[in-house]
Amino acid sequence: MTVASPVKPAVRRPLVKPDRTVWLVLFFVVTSILLLVSHETDVMKNLGALGDVLRNKVVEALVVSLFLANVLFAYLWKAANWAKLLVGIGSLLFVLPLAGQADTSLLDLSIQIMIFAALALGLNIVVGLAGLLDLGYVAFFAVGAYTWSIFGSPRFSEVLKYYGANAGSTGSGTLVIGLVLTAVAAGSMLYIRGMHGRVAPTTLSNLSFLLAGFGLLSGIILVGRSILVLASGSAEALANGINPGFFWLFLALSVMTAALVGVLIGLPVLKLKGDYLAIITLGLGEVIRVLANNLGLYTAGSQGITPIASASVPWFNSLAGALGFRPEQYYLLFLYVLVLIVIAVILLVNVRLDNSRIGRAWIAIRDDEIAAQAMGVPLMQTKLIAFATGASFAGVMGMIFAAKQTFISPESFNLLQSITVLSMVVLGGMGSFSGVILGAAVVTLLNLRILPGLGEASANVSWIPQEVNPANFNRFIFGSILVAMMLLRPEGLLPNARRTRELHHEDDQEDESADGNASGLKAGGDVYSAGLATIKEDDKTGGSR
Amino acid sequence: MELSVLLPFIVNVIIGGLVLGFVYAIIALGYTMVYGVLQLINFAHSEVFITGAVVGFEVFRILQNSAMNGYLKLLIALVAAMIVSGLLNVLIERLAYRPLRGAPRLVPLITAIGVSLILQDTLRFLEGLQGRFDLTYTLPTGFADKFCSTTSSCAPLGNFLRTIGVDVQLKDVILVIVALVSLGVLNYVVNRTRLGKAIRAVSQDRVTAGLMGIDSNLMISATFLIGGALGGVSGVLFGMKFGTINAYSGFDPGIIAFTAAVLGGIGSIPGAVLGGLLLGVIQNLIGVTNIFGNLLGLANLGTIDASYSKIGPFIVLVLILIFKPTGLLGKSNVEKV
Repeated sequence: MTVASPVKPAVRRPLVKPDRTVWLVLFFVVTSILLLVSHETDVMKNLGALGDVLRNKVVEALVVSLFLANVLFAYLWKAANWAKLLVGIGSLLFVLPLAGQADTSLLDLSIQIMIFAALALGLNIVVGLAGLLDLGYVAFFAVGAYTWSIFGSPRFSEVLKYYGANAGSTGSGTLVIGLVLTAVAAGSMLYIRGMHGRVAPTTLSNLSFLLAGFGLLSGIILVGRSILVLASGSAEALANGINPGFFWLFLALSVMTAALVGVLIGLPVLKLKGDYLAIITLGLGEVIRVLANNLGLYTAGSQGITPIASASVPWFNSLAGALGFRPEQYYLLFLYVLVLIVIAVILLVNVRLDNSRIGRAWIAIRDDEIAAQAMGVPLMQTKLIAFATGASFAGVMGMIFAAKQTFISPESFNLLQSITVLSMVVLGGMGSFSGVILGAAVVTLLNLRILPGLGEASANVSWIPQEVNPANFNRFIFGSILVAMMLLRPEGLLPNARRTRELHHEDDQEDESADGNASGLKAGGDVYSAGLATIKEDDKTGGSR
Repeated sequence: MELSVLLPFIVNVIIGGLVLGFVYAIIALGYTMVYGVLQLINFAHSEVFITGAVVGFEVFRILQNSAMNGYLKLLIALVAAMIVSGLLNVLIERLAYRPLRGAPRLVPLITAIGVSLILQDTLRFLEGLQGRFDLTYTLPTGFADKFCSTTSSCAPLGNFLRTIGVDVQLKDVILVIVALVSLGVLNYVVNRTRLGKAIRAVSQDRVTAGLMGIDSNLMISATFLIGGALGGVSGVLFGMKFGTINAYSGFDPGIIAFTAAVLGGIGSIPGAVLGGLLLGVIQNLIGVTNIFGNLLGLANLGTIDASYSKIGPFIVLVLILIFKPTGLLGKSNVEKV
């Protein structure tokens, strides 16, 4: 081995960023004025030619994107704190709602961006932090959405009517039997679990545990059925769904349901390795969609559920009215504020988790499962927590999504949605919170504004066939994003520092013996021991290349 | 339902399942070979396969009015599809997977998903330029006939099938024959030639194979070429069987074929065939479960119909991976530290 010259590891010095307070404020003012002007129709009429340019769909999409870039710059640039706060709070709480007053679709767009940002943050925990590729993530979104939709819409009274008409012999007796069965089965499960702590499990005790689990399931089904039958008398009263005041309760419920489904889906499949896990989660996502399509009684099948109620908050409505909003905008504005609060909470949870023991454990199993297990990280538990956390974010956002759309059908939750969220995470940078939010904003803007804008622009061009206009090219674009990012910049647009070091391991490593090189394990195949054959062809044993 | 009606019905379903299974088996071979050498699920294989189907469609369309023999048309379609799909697969490997050797496992997988999406839209774009989206196969005359139209020209097998009330179409017979020939050729190449030996060596241990003088990059390309060619064959067969395809219809059979590969044991060629046949039958049986729906008391689950047959393979996949992750014919490999 000839060593041409001692390779110095490139030391990444933190650059001294120039202070850009003035630029930030200036940019904020300019883009805000642009945004507000371009959505005031009567002002636009007086502008003549400039107004026509601003009304163009593509330009409008660009203006919105530029305005949203404010928040990004406030995060990235070095500036005085007052300016950052002014830009962040000013743009999200004042300018956007004000522009939304003139053009409701802006509010809709912002809510959509934040919903997807939350989804991307959730998937980021599963993929970016814990390293489990989940391609069926949209299933949890669907679970949250359907949880609220079934109850917050006329669907629920249909279900009650059906059970009232087909009560069979179900009655209060069934409720008692169901409750007893549930209690007995749960008790036996706990007892067997406790016994397993003392003595080794035998085949018989395992079978008993399964049987008790089956009993628990039957008990719960009996209880549910009898409650539905007993409540079927009030079907008429619930013709428009349950009282919207329950929205808040269901906000908590949707989190729990999604997390529960996450655990249930996770339990059988989390033993598997990366790519098997990907396929199987993809399959389970499809299973949930097919179920939603076929359980016509509960989900109205492929016609979808509509209308879905949103929370009714009288004091908020009167406040919005005082600010000059029109009544039909109240619910969107309310959801906008709600979604802001929820995403703030989710971001806080993310950051706190990342620095917690659980976050460390996730990163440990992502980097090297076997070593993490040897160091005492409980694999199954850690993975399940990752799945459940990611799922719960999706669940709560699914519910808000259902309330915003007032209509959901199984087609809203197809595989392409999962891939879309994945491409957000990959584009922004796996494991980086600011990155995935940026990714979500970029991809959603592409999807909802830029592509349709280009589509409309090219609709009038004679030589472009209608069928191939850019509006239908989402798949191509997401595919290109995924491939280009993986080949050129696998760490994403706003990378997480640790992740970057890991992915550019070879470029700035002089000697790998200092830090255990586990990359060989991930490349597949066997690593016997240090010093014997390493897995990559261009790896030589020893230090320098 | 009486037994005299039910029996031929079940036999029909099983025979249909086996025919479908042969298509899945050949797609599954493409997955399993690539997984064998790279330990990568080639998500783009479903698009490589549907490319073959599109090429077959184009050949049949161009030759529609020529007086050529139908079997010759089929042969041309098969060869063209093999060449295009094989080269496409090699190209994908060169451009997208080769730069990522040695990257963390998730990176090539995500790339593969991306390539799959790109190819879907590219195909749609290319066909859309001519205003064609749903491509309907027009087979050469005589292909869609009953296997046994008149008693006089019946083969003994056809006679037997007719007596028990099973009707097989000629295209199904052709499909099975083509599939068996492809399997035979593949088996010969992998087990009896120098190239096959080299591929097997690379899939066992790439580094050591390189030390023994095998150009592992070339062998990986060869594997992708063979897998892609098989994908092309299966694409044409799939198009013949189902009649209508579009750029997105590769996804479902792709997933099912991957499941078949896992079921048989990924990396094992006979396993892929076995898994494909099993899944074809399972899927067809689920598709007719509405007959047994009342038996199972599933009336509350809405109508059980063909849409449920989509999730059958996934249920099988989950069960297989939980109880026997190595598959039916797979070898277990323990990860050493």
